[in-house]
Amino acid sequence: MIELRDLTKRYGDKLAVDGLSFTVRPGTVTGFLGPNGAGKSTTMRMVLGLDEPTRGDVRIEGKRYAELREPLHSIGALLEAKGVHGGRRAHDHLLCLAQSNGIPERRVGEALEMVGLQDVARKRPKGFSLGMGQRLGIAAALLGDPRILMFDEPVNGLDPEGIHWIRTLMQQLAREGRTVFVSSHLMSEMAQTAEHLVVIGQGKLLADTSMSQFIAENSRTHVRVRTPEPERMRDLLTEAGLRPVPGAEGALEVDDGDAPRIGELAAAHGVVLHELSTQRASLEEAFMRLTAQSVEYHAAAPGGTHAPPVPQEGTAPHPGGPQSPPGAAQPPPAWGEDWQDRKGRRG
Amino acid sequence: MSHSTRVLKSEWTKVRSVRSTVWTLATALLVSVGLGALICGVTASTFDDMSSSEQVTFDATYTSFAGMGIGQLAMIAFGVLIVSAEYSTGMIRNSLAAVPQRGTFLWSKVLIAGALVLVVGMVTSFCAFFLGQALLGSHGVGIGDEGVLRAVVGGGIYMALIAMFAVGITFVLRSPLLAFAILMPFFFLISNILGNVEATKKVGQYLPDQAGTTVMAVVPDTLNRPYGPWEGLLIMVAWTAAALLAGFFVLKKRDA
Repeated sequence: MIELRDLTKRYGDKLAVDGLSFTVRPGTVTGFLGPNGAGKSTTMRMVLGLDEPTRGDVRIEGKRYAELREPLHSIGALLEAKGVHGGRRAHDHLLCLAQSNGIPERRVGEALEMVGLQDVARKRPKGFSLGMGQRLGIAAALLGDPRILMFDEPVNGLDPEGIHWIRTLMQQLAREGRTVFVSSHLMSEMAQTAEHLVVIGQGKLLADTSMSQFIAENSRTHVRVRTPEPERMRDLLTEAGLRPVPGAEGALEVDDGDAPRIGELAAAHGVVLHELSTQRASLEEAFMRLTAQSVEYHAAAPGGTHAPPVPQEGTAPHPGGPQSPPGAAQPPPAWGEDWQDRKGRRG
Repeated sequence: MSHSTRVLKSEWTKVRSVRSTVWTLATALLVSVGLGALICGVTASTFDDMSSSEQVTFDATYTSFAGMGIGQLAMIAFGVLIVSAEYSTGMIRNSLAAVPQRGTFLWSKVLIAGALVLVVGMVTSFCAFFLGQALLGSHGVGIGDEGVLRAVVGGGIYMALIAMFAVGITFVLRSPLLAFAILMPFFFLISNILGNVEATKKVGQYLPDQAGTTVMAVVPDTLNRPYGPWEGLLIMVAWTAAALLAGFFVLKKRDA
């Protein structure tokens, strides 16, 4: 179990991590999601005691990291920077880490076998592919047979086979009752791996919820209507108690609309329809919407720790009132763009 | 096995498992001994051309250490690399995640590296001395002559200290580029100028290498310092201790 309490990290006048409090529990894969620069890596470095928090603290099975005499028995981590000396043979790399924590040398061989690197044990990692480097990093994390595993963007730059392997491994580790905490900036990746989800944006907690609940709350559906008479159609829909909003290419979008009912309505009034379709927002869109808000309203505090924030009265990003589906009239900013500008490189 | 013994073992594995260790230390030894031998050989063949006053104050021991001025650069390279490689490769995060007690981590590394450079330094110093004296022939001195053993042992300690000074500085600077860019020209050129030019000598002679080399001189006038050989070495020890302490405080305070 990893417990974060009011964890905060300030670089100069930038808050990279801003009062994060949540608990990562054993037995499930917990996804740690946020755009690039949201503060995921900084948070993970603070968990490992590498960076000193400005405020707040982290507990590993109830202890501070510095109190762990031989931490590799409790927590193993793969950080974004692989942290491997290119000239030190894979076996020796793991051996020096093992020795420092009193882990027997045979574990080195076992860990290499677990990640499928036994044939390159005597090779120097500078010749390794990205995937092999990741595997070596994971072998290091597994060395001490720890109850907690933490992976920072483990699938970055991997081929599909490697991605599948890491995904399966993480789920297996969780099934064994371990705590698995894994970061990603891709919702689609998390949706396939994680059962629990912690979302942050600009260092703030945006959501701490189960994956199924997140999906239920965030996968919005709407009906898309295109007609040569948009004005008339809009009036008809409004009269029927629905709330149409203008969408792309002159279409109307009706939140939580019922396509057959809208079709019947149009037919009854003799309105020609060019398109009538139910649109399901992807999880990726839901995630982007969630984090885009944190960009636009970074001054607004997130709601409870267990619910994603809702846009506040009068500050909705799009015309049409707070109930309008954001992201319909205008796509949210492209990935990371806005973040990079605002946040600089750290985090 | 105690915790620190485990960390020492781990640091030993780190040092012995990279090629740069062998390369830098072998270079330090070969360059120091080879260059020293070359200069001793040349000196022996031109000894009769020297003025009588030069012949009287000729320091055969110190002459056989003439290669160390260049050889020490490889020792510095060793010191820089064992620390900066932690940072440039990102290994430091794995290292500190495995050993969060940063003091234990740093002093274990210092102890292992220090023991290794002391052994290599001693071998270098003794080889340089004996080969040099053999080439100097009748102009050479024996290891039993007054002050000679002190100079030779001191030469070994000097080589170890210069590497450890580099270790301390690199813990402060972290970047290999920065550490090399500062330490190499400093010990190759700048400190020699500061320690020998009249205008700056008063202060310059207290620089680590300028003070440390005093221990290698047998004839008192060779370097003409206001302190004795052991005091000179002690000044260098103080510099090295200060550099290592600075490194320790930076490691302790800063985020990894």
